[in-house]
Amino acid sequence: MSSESGSRQQKAARIRELMATEGDAVQANTESFNQGRYESVSRLAEYEELKDEARAIKEEAIERLPELIEELRETVEARGGHVYVAEDAADANRYIEEVVADRDAERVIKSKSMTSEEIEVNEALEARDVDVVETDLGEWVLQVADEAPSHLVAPAIHKSREGIAELFNEVFEPEEPLSSAQELTMFARDKLGELITDAEVGMTGANFITADSGTMMLVTSEGNARKTAVVPDTHVAVAGVEKIVPSVEDLDPFVELIGRSGTGQDITSYVSLLTPPVESPVVDFDRPDEPIDPDSADDREFHLVLIDNGRMAMREDPELKETLYCIRCSACANTCANFQHVGGHAFGGETYTGGIATGWEAGVHGQDSAAEFNDLCTGCSRCVDACPVKIDIPWINVAVRDRINRGKDGELDWLVEGLTPDEDPGGVDLQKRLFGNFETLAKLGSATAPVSNWMADIGPSRAVMERVFGVDRRRNLPEFQRETLVDWFETRPDRSPADPTRQVVLYPDLYTNHVLVDRGKAAVRTLEALGVDVRVPSMPSSGRAPLSQGMIATARSKAEAVADAAAPHLLEDRDIVVIEPSDLAMFQGEYERLLPEKTATAIGENSYEILEYVFGLLENGADDGVLSRPAGDASIAYHSHCQQRTLGLEAHTVAVLDRLGYQVTTSDAECCGMAGSFGYKSEYYELAVDIGDDLCRQLEAADASQVLTSGTSCTEQVGSLGEDDPIHPIELIAPR
Amino acid sequence: MWPRPEIDSSEGIDVSDSASQTSPIERFCTRSQTVGVDVTRVSRADVSSTLADLCDREPSVVGAPLPWTDVSLPDSATTMPTPAELEAASTGITAAVSGIADYGSILLRSTADGVEPVSLFPDRHVAVLHEADVVPDMATAIGEQGEAFREEGASMIVATGPSATADMGELVTGAHGPKEVHVVLFGGEDR
Repeated sequence: MSSESGSRQQKAARIRELMATEGDAVQANTESFNQGRYESVSRLAEYEELKDEARAIKEEAIERLPELIEELRETVEARGGHVYVAEDAADANRYIEEVVADRDAERVIKSKSMTSEEIEVNEALEARDVDVVETDLGEWVLQVADEAPSHLVAPAIHKSREGIAELFNEVFEPEEPLSSAQELTMFARDKLGELITDAEVGMTGANFITADSGTMMLVTSEGNARKTAVVPDTHVAVAGVEKIVPSVEDLDPFVELIGRSGTGQDITSYVSLLTPPVESPVVDFDRPDEPIDPDSADDREFHLVLIDNGRMAMREDPELKETLYCIRCSACANTCANFQHVGGHAFGGETYTGGIATGWEAGVHGQDSAAEFNDLCTGCSRCVDACPVKIDIPWINVAVRDRINRGKDGELDWLVEGLTPDEDPGGVDLQKRLFGNFETLAKLGSATAPVSNWMADIGPSRAVMERVFGVDRRRNLPEFQRETLVDWFETRPDRSPADPTRQVVLYPDLYTNHVLVDRGKAAVRTLEALGVDVRVPSMPSSGRAPLSQGMIATARSKAEAVADAAAPHLLEDRDIVVIEPSDLAMFQGEYERLLPEKTATAIGENSYEILEYVFGLLENGADDGVLSRPAGDASIAYHSHCQQRTLGLEAHTVAVLDRLGYQVTTSDAECCGMAGSFGYKSEYYELAVDIGDDLCRQLEAADASQVLTSGTSCTEQVGSLGEDDPIHPIELIAPR
Repeated sequence: MWPRPEIDSSEGIDVSDSASQTSPIERFCTRSQTVGVDVTRVSRADVSSTLADLCDREPSVVGAPLPWTDVSLPDSATTMPTPAELEAASTGITAAVSGIADYGSILLRSTADGVEPVSLFPDRHVAVLHEADVVPDMATAIGEQGEAFREEGASMIVATGPSATADMGELVTGAHGPKEVHVVLFGGEDR
């Protein structure tokens, strides 16, 4: 067994185990957060404006960071507090250990802080015999269980009530065994209440800190952060330098967005806006019968420990810089189909979890930590809409994947050399290289079909494909068609309308051209019937396949080739119509990063999703009478494509179907789980199937006469896992 | 370029309780209910007796002095309580500096006489709020306090409903903070 193959098997086994042990709890919780987010933001009329505002504040803050650190230092020191900027974890811990030693503290109580997890301050203090108590109930459960958080906001999201009850009953042996959430919560509250009373130091994180007033914002629901800051006389706050924003007024969009984006609550129970040292009297349980003393606030001590730990370098890194805008709300995790099914113990690095974790881990712990889980981001892009500061999280994942590829030494294997004429260096592993070069495979596939289905037959055997390339043998391979869409179009008689309303280039994406040719033919027929002049020229692939593998150089050369091929058509004012949503998403999204701005804009602005285009034609007066209407049962179950949804284009398909008299039920699964090459990969096959099964059950529950899917991946996934045989919407409405 | 065909995406936005529909006071009351807070609206003259009634059967009451004339804590309320009294108290009474209509939130300022511990330790928090201090939205609430944060080093809590946790498998109200929150809203006649 090759080492690659062995590590794929190990990864598959780990994912299988986590799906079995933690998957149900994680899925129930993340899906409920995600659903809550949709509902909560729909009640917020200024949602988009607030996101823009939040984004602008973060951009400005990171731009001005060195200056803001100094302003904040002056502000805090003027109030009698201390500021320490720690270069790394060890530096931070050394400082905190000194503060705790100077206070002669035996116990430190903490409210939840991911940054404190990053620097592992608990371990550092425990090594000095300090008792560290996590007061957030979820964190405390993990401390008792000796486990790591699996989610940025709800650290114990992977644990069920039953699991927690079992843990508490075993560890604490209460007189009456605990069972309900109410009993468990009250037990924890009492237990922690005692531990809080005799702590000398309270440690918190900070969601934001304002440079103008030294005010820190803490977002909680339990009230533990309030107790942590008010009971002990010494307060240590640990925060990444990126948490600084210029002014108190800047907090507003974040107060309004963070709860909605994360757990789907309009606002959490408590948003503390603390300007330490706080004015509240110390609650000194060592003197339980002495009234609280208004003057005791004067004795409060406050230490703000700002953590660099790689952040100032991230600020200079064009690909990682955006990560610093992250407010750690967890929306990217909750909206991610992979995360929903496997959780942060697989989809996470040393500290951070979810889509944005790749940026954090690469920045603070290094690329190796990011490499552990980075491939779990399939680039479905659902997190892009969910992120309250509009971070292009899929791009960060691709950029880091590219670096990981380049970081490896490797030589091109003789077996793949001919199949993978890409632009990327030898370090790219064989699996990624194979999928990154799907265009070559597709061409070869069509050339040899149907006499022999090359991939399955004269190509390497399935066992070899699994061992060498990690292509799972349980997955059906694409059936390439002998006659491509381009060939078909070239040889058919000219059917262009006499007086066309528009000129269209139908982009022959790889899948439509070589595999799902029928949907391409249906698109041609539909457009022509609606009065459009159509051409289907041979064009290069979009670069989506290599991009998903982190092969940016190859993707860029494909993008350049597409730009060259599209240029003459754009000069003639032809519209580019695209069937495969993942390619349209390239044209309108990633091309901005791969091509000169003007070129990318020209392609993006002139390209349309096929049903979006049909919708536009009908709105502009085309006759919908030429299209196919329901013959009998009009019920439709429709799963739009993840990237199509992110582009805001699901609605157009639904509108066209409605108009023609179909009754459409849409799925709410964020992604089909297939995601291009992901579902073929042996280490992820079972995860992909787990996700796809949920989608299939949902579509089947709609009990419709026809299932529609817009993407190639969704079509393959639903077709192979479900009872239905999905087609593209264009095939349904095309003139027969 | 062909104008991109647009679909009105604002269709799904629910603005039924937005600013144009109802007054901030009404919205504050409605939103408070939604987040699990009871609101009692009274005239200034009745605040003291309302508070007394609310604490009638309470075994132990703590409070932070209220800043309005003719508005006072019940006789049973202990101000400047000891830590032991704080822990044992069933109700804590404090003033709120503002109410935020969009969210049903109240803004509590941490004061030297203990608004923070008094509103945090007891099982029930009773907040007294003047109608003139109810603002329509979060931006106004924070904006109004900008100078207090900058010039006075103020600390405040935006509190919305009782304390809660879902960490034990389902939502439970009453984690480290109060299980119940009651707002006494007064002063409509002053406006």
